[in-house]
Amino acid sequence: MTEQTTPLVEMKNISISFGGIHAVENASVDLFPGEVVALLGHNGAGKSTLIKILSGAYRRDEGEILINGEPADIRNPRDAKKYGIETIYQTLAVADNVDAAANLYLGRELRTKWGTLDDVAMEASTREVMGRLNPNFRRFKEPVKALSGGQRQSVAIARAILFDARILIMDEPTAALGPQETAQVGDLIKQLKREGIGIFLISHDIHDVFDLADRVFVMKNGKVVGHARTGDVTKDEVLGMIILGKVPPGASPGPGAMKMA
Amino acid sequence: MADTAHSTTNSTTSGGTGQADGNLVARFFRATEIDTRLLGMIGALLIIWVGFHIMTGGLFLTPRNLWFLSVQTASVAVMATGMVLVIVTRNIDLSVGSILGFTGMIMGVLQAQFLPQVLGFNHPATWAIALAGGLIVGGLIGAFQGAIIAFLNVPSFIVTLGGLLVWRGATWYVTSGQTVAPMDANFRLMGGGADGSIGATWSWIVGILACLAIVAAIINGRRQRKRFHFPRRPIWAEYVLAALGCIIVLGVVSIANDYYWPINIARRYAEANSIPWPESGLFISHGIAVPVLIAIAAGIVMTFIATRLRFGRYVFAIGGNPEAAELAGIKTRWVTVKIFALMGILCAIAAAISTARLNAATNAQGELDELYTIAAAVIGGTSLSGGVGTIAGAMLGALLMQSLQSGMVLLGIDTPFQRIVVGAVLVLAVWLDTVYRAKAK
Ligand SMILES: Nc1ncnc2c1ncn2[C@@H]1O[C@H](COP(=O)(O)OP(=O)(O)OP(=O)(O)O)[C@@H](O)[C@H]1O
Ligand SMILES: [Mg+2]
Repeated sequence: MTEQTTPLVEMKNISISFGGIHAVENASVDLFPGEVVALLGHNGAGKSTLIKILSGAYRRDEGEILINGEPADIRNPRDAKKYGIETIYQTLAVADNVDAAANLYLGRELRTKWGTLDDVAMEASTREVMGRLNPNFRRFKEPVKALSGGQRQSVAIARAILFDARILIMDEPTAALGPQETAQVGDLIKQLKREGIGIFLISHDIHDVFDLADRVFVMKNGKVVGHARTGDVTKDEVLGMIILGKVPPGASPGPGAMKMA
Repeated sequence: MADTAHSTTNSTTSGGTGQADGNLVARFFRATEIDTRLLGMIGALLIIWVGFHIMTGGLFLTPRNLWFLSVQTASVAVMATGMVLVIVTRNIDLSVGSILGFTGMIMGVLQAQFLPQVLGFNHPATWAIALAGGLIVGGLIGAFQGAIIAFLNVPSFIVTLGGLLVWRGATWYVTSGQTVAPMDANFRLMGGGADGSIGATWSWIVGILACLAIVAAIINGRRQRKRFHFPRRPIWAEYVLAALGCIIVLGVVSIANDYYWPINIARRYAEANSIPWPESGLFISHGIAVPVLIAIAAGIVMTFIATRLRFGRYVFAIGGNPEAAELAGIKTRWVTVKIFALMGILCAIAAAISTARLNAATNAQGELDELYTIAAAVIGGTSLSGGVGTIAGAMLGALLMQSLQSGMVLLGIDTPFQRIVVGAVLVLAVWLDTVYRAKAK
């Protein structure tokens, strides 16, 4: 499986700064169909910022995004969705005051032949998707603010998988989930992978990452330290990359690698 | 131990799906899904009405007073329906009173000065052209303010505070401060009065149509939920809701029909149509006033927009979490522009009602209306922190405030004290609402 096919996503030399802070600097990552790529790094390393550029939430200052080898013009979340990019944000980005179905279909509401909202149809498929994700979920009529943190997270995940994504970005999707729900998300990731969807997974749980990811990219202070196949490195080596920026022999160094004295 | 835990879970789940425990009252509200907050407002309204009725020695709850109350409420009620959407998106519109004044003046000049020169006097199309002109101007002003808010990122408070001054000043410049009168005869129907009411027969027809619509909506809702096998209301609750709705509608119609034309107008009418004057007097019902019909129509249309259309869904989503709405791909700026444009159009409708009622367009028309409109929306349960509000609540809020004012006028309380009371009630209502919300969740 040496990468002969064109990558599904290629982000090349991406930089963005917020008022002088280089949140992401010259970062390059790629993702192949049916692959799970984990992004790791300390708090504030720039992981969320990098994927938000892919999802259209931020506009990059520099760099290039290729989808299936072709330059992609992503200026806002609508553009990203057109390329089949769905995102579960770390902040969840749900509208608290409306119910689960309204959140799942936000921006892509089903409508009746008269152009009005087809709430029943939306609720029906919401029940179906949520049933797969979190069978204990019952509170379909309540505004999302009445839900627990984990339930809200389920809603955010359901929204991302509802619309045949080709590229799925998951920014700490299981941070608030219980063990059963986390396992379910793990199964979901494996299933989506089998369907050929490419997944960027951001997580601080190194065990989960080794369970699910094919490759890891490690970021530190906005730069990519290096990347590796999960089979070629140990967990301790990856921790070394995260904490010290030390690139082990099994990994390929990036611009952020610790310079050997 | 394990047993108790198990049974607790059981009872909570069954409670959540809508049957079982709870006392009779709680069960009733759960089954009928009646909004208890709205009910609380109706309760407050009834208390105020009965209170004034007693204090005025039986002057308040008369067909005549209730009919006037409905007409006086219409203009602010129309604007309050739009203010809900504005406030739901965490904005505010302080310019509505001035836009009312400006569009009213435009419509006044169109029908009293401009159109007679072009079409001649009393042309049947005058009222429609004047109204259309006002609606267009109102919509454009609103869209303009909305665009500044959305695309230039100037806070709505500032933009509309500027608008409050600008459009009031602009009103003066239209006629250099002169009052424009009289209005076109057809246009005047929008203001109510003996002619501007639809009479007994039409009122009953409207009432019966409304009842049919209520029943149809309930049947349709039930059918939809059945289609997807969702939990339904118990059938008795459906009957109760239908009956309650119809009784209220028909009750309102019969009250409106119980207010008869004043004797001099009736006499003039009798003479004009050569009807012999009966001994006992001629009783011609007013029926529902046209401005009230306009307000109800505005309420229905705005409720439809807010709850059944994508646009309304976006309005609420933006109010709940602007960032999430943006990330979901909603064009939040355009939604903002549309909301303010809609608000401007509603101001023009309110202006039509109030100029028609006054039979003149004046400089001071709509002054302070922005405050009453905002107060109506807020008393009606629209949260200033965004995301929450109903059109029906805001209209009830408008009715409640007008009731207070009318009642105090009947009691002979002077204007300064009226303001003190209205101001205090506003604060009280919002405090009660805060308490209610804290308890509900
Ligand atoms: N909108 C913004 N404005 C200003 N600075 C920002 C903004 N978003 C991110 N940053 C900064 O960019 C850097 C990277 O933040 P980012 O959220 O990408 O980190 P992260 O790797 O996702 O961290 P975490 O693991 O805590 O989620 C941080 O220093 C942060 O303060
Ligand atoms: Mg992050």
